[in-house]
Parts: sequence; C-alpha cells; structure tokens
Amino acid sequence: MSLDEVVGELRSGMTIGIGGWGSRRKPMALVRAILRSDITDLTVVGYGGPDLGLLCSAGKVRKAYYGFVSLDSPPFYDPWFAKARTSGALTAREMDEGMLKCGLEAAAARLPFLPIRAGLGSDVPNFWEGELKTVESPYPVDGAPETLIAMPALNLDAALVHLNLGDAHGNAAYTGVDPYFDDLFCLAAQRRYVSVERVVETEELVKTVPLQALLLNRMMVDGVVEAPGGAHFTLAGDDYGRDEKFQKHYVESAKTPEAWQRFVDTYLAGSEEQYQAAVRRFAEEA
Amino acid sequence: MTSIETVTRAEICAVACAEIFSGAGEIMASPMSPMSIIGARLAKLTTEPDLLLSDGEALLFADTPPLGGKAPIEGWIPFRRVFDVVASGRRHVVMGANQIDRFGNQNLSAFGSLQRPTRQMFGVRGAPGNTINHATSYWVARHTNRVFTDGVDIVSGVGYDKVDAADPAYRFHHLHRVVTNLGVFDFEGPGHTMRARSLHPGVTADEVAENTSFEIAGLAEAGETRQPSAEELRLIREVLDPKKIRETEVPS
Repeated sequence: MSLDEVVGELRSGMTIGIGGWGSRRKPMALVRAILRSDITDLTVVGYGGPDLGLLCSAGKVRKAYYGFVSLDSPPFYDPWFAKARTSGALTAREMDEGMLKCGLEAAAARLPFLPIRAGLGSDVPNFWEGELKTVESPYPVDGAPETLIAMPALNLDAALVHLNLGDAHGNAAYTGVDPYFDDLFCLAAQRRYVSVERVVETEELVKTVPLQALLLNRMMVDGVVEAPGGAHFTLAGDDYGRDEKFQKHYVESAKTPEAWQRFVDTYLAGSEEQYQAAVRRFAEEA
Repeated sequence: MTSIETVTRAEICAVACAEIFSGAGEIMASPMSPMSIIGARLAKLTTEPDLLLSDGEALLFADTPPLGGKAPIEGWIPFRRVFDVVASGRRHVVMGANQIDRFGNQNLSAFGSLQRPTRQMFGVRGAPGNTINHATSYWVARHTNRVFTDGVDIVSGVGYDKVDAADPAYRFHHLHRVVTNLGVFDFEGPGHTMRARSLHPGVTADEVAENTSFEIAGLAEAGETRQPSAEELRLIREVLDPKKIRETEVPS
C-alpha cells in the first residue's frame, strides 16, 4: 500500500493507536499522511511524542489517552500538545505509563478490563471523569480484599506502527534495543498498518534478524507500506538516530504563527518524497 | 589528598543521593537525573554492589560507567520489562518533581486544572505506578517554596494522605527520602509529614524554612549531612563525574 492509501482507510472520529515511544520509532510518515488528509476528530492512544504534537498542530485530536508526552531531549515538552492542553482543545485521559500497556493487553485478550495497582491514590481517576472504575478482588489478603484499578481495554479502530524491516505480507521486525509496544497496538486494533524502512522477501527478513525480533506476524497486519525514513525525525533502532537538529527546528517553529506556516509550507504541504528532500536540504544547510 | 574545605555542595548532595540506596540489596535502582545517577553509581561502587543499573534506555550495565559513559552489559531491560519490574516491587526510583507537598504528593504532570492546565509538562509518566508499587525518593536540585508547596496542582506521585489504610492494595507505598540542595528529608514527621533528617554543611534551618511553604518537622533539631569519605570523593571526582556535570545541577 501507499501512505495515502492507508490513510484512505481511516475515518474521522476513529480511535487510533500510534506505536513507538516519545520521540522513538514513531510512524511519522503515516502521521504526515494524516495531516495531508481531511480526517479529523480523532481519539489518539499512545506513548506520546511529536506524533501527537503534529496531529494537535492541525487540530485533529479530540481526545487523547496517554501515559506521557515527551520529545525525549530538550526542551522535552511538546509545544503543540502543550498548546492543545492549555487551550482546552482536547479531552485528556492521562494515565500511568503501565496502565497504557495494561489497557492494550486487555484489548489484545478481548477482556473488558485488567486489574492494576498503578493509578490508585493519584489524580489519574480524576482525569478520567468517571470512565475509570475500581474492582475488588474476590480473594482477600489477610482477611481484607484488595481494591484495584480496573483498567478498561483500550480497543482501537486502527493501529499505526513503524518497524525496520518487513515482507509484503505483514511479517515485520524491529532492530535495535527495544520493540516498544508495537505488537500490542496491533493486537488491540481492528485495522493494523505498519510502515517499514524496507520491504524484503520473507526469506531475507528471517535471515536478517534473530527470531525474537520478529515482532509482527501476518495475523497482526492489514497493510504494509515501504517508507524509508518513515520515522523521521524520531529515532529508528539500528537504521538511524533521532534528528535532534530538526526536532529543535520543529519546536522553534511552533513558537509563532509565521514560523509555523513556513514549517508547514516547507515540510508538510507536499508528499512524503518532498518532505524527505526538504529534510535533506535542512541537514545540508545546518 | 582531599580536604573537607574543598568539598562542594554538589559532592555533599551526591553522597546523600548514594545513601538513598543504603540497604537496598539486589533491586533495580532507577535514578532520573545526573545527581541521582551519580548517587546510585556511587552506592554501587561502595556499599551496594548488588544494585542493578541500566543505561536509561534498555541495557543493564555489568560495570559502573562514568556519567554519559558506556560499559559492558549484563542484561536487557526494554520499557515493557521495566513495567514488570515496577509491578514486582524490586525497584527504587529517584524522580524529580515540579511540586511536592508535606505528605509527599508529587507533581510532574502540569500546572493548573486537569483538563485545561496553565502549563503542560510530561503528564503523570510512571509516577502513579512507581509510588504505589515500590520505594520512591525525590531529588530536587533547587529547594524553593514553589516546589515545596502547600498543595500540588496534580497528584502524579502518591503521598501518604492518599493511602487508604483499609485497602491492602496500598501496602507497598513507601516514600523513602527527599534530597535537595539544602538537606535530606523523609516523611517520618507527625502523620507522615516531611521531616528534616540533616541539613547540608552551611545551610541553616531558617534558610530551609524560608524556602518551604509548609512547616517541616524536626527542622531545629536536624544535624549536619555527613561529609564524603576520601574514597567517595575520589569516585565522584575521578571516576563517575570527571566533567563536573553535578555542578550544572548544584553550582558551587
């Protein structure tokens, strides 16, 4: 599939899970394709980074379920997410990072909830405005039952993830030190789309990485897109590190409407190929 | 040789951060800032050799490298496994804080109201899960009355007044220490309120009181934070932080 064909299968109002973590292996090319579309009114689930920021910059997020939002390097706080929050533009379902994993696992196992300790005593239940309940254990500890957070399943209409290597059928692998939670996002979703740095024959895929790195199988994927540089400006395992200079440029550009319009015109107004070419020019000039 | 006159406030803080882990045993130490990282590595090189330390990303160090350095590894700890460790309780985290109140409630999420904050930070991150599951301490590089506030805007880290004593789900909650540029504190004051354990050399009780919005228990009686040993100074200065990154957090 192409990036725009994937986005063509998405609809306004959907609940979309976005893989990666902070500014790490985010499916940024797919996010950029959403920005090119008229899809809006999204509920976004994820470990937030500039993916959520870019979607907020275009006013496409109605509600967000997240454990944190971070750029992972100075200035750390994403400027567009901050603007959306301080202007009240989105409804926040903020939660502990572990609760997000738990909610995806519940959805993956088709369970209505899973019990978890994290969240108790904090302001997380207040963020959820009645959406988050507790559950009492039927098995007491020393005569007293534990009452835990009943983390609801985070069921997704669609999942978008970016991996390093895949075949045309949806088998896909990560390289580098961390799979993040991309398999859980796919297992929690109705429609699953993976962009990869490189599409190869299955035989080459399984010869290139250890078995443990084969994160996705065919049952977990509906569409594969070849998108070299598709995680830019976030890092992508062994393929490339974070483009710190460009991420700083993104942050600086968010500061004034004029600077942001220049950023949009230069990087976001055209195709993914035009984006990658403009990014190469930025690297040469910097 | 090193003399006590040359010991900086940052070095006093590094040793106080190391002492957070005294007696911790074979658990994962998760310090979140340069000073607390120096502290955890100092503890591992002196009294706590069984601590597990990661590179902050996904690798467990076999040796103890300098700040920002690499070392041989002994294992794998991707983010998903960190959450398993959190739930297991075999961890002691040292987080930062934008706000801490007298009961140990902590905020690193945002200022203002939940759905329309005045300033956005990280969100709650792992703070709710950390504080409810295992030992948690805090490192505050600039002790001010804006940080140590009467009430936090958003409770990300759980304080003692939020603990439901009737629910055993809260039984693992333990806030161990707060180390700042002014002193060492815990929550053993009346009703689990913040208490002074020691003030760093040269810091007065008045200075701490002026920079804290609430009354700190035991402030008048608090002794002086101990000096580093010669070996600790050598490890801090020559092995762990030769570039003096500690001074960026606590200038001398």
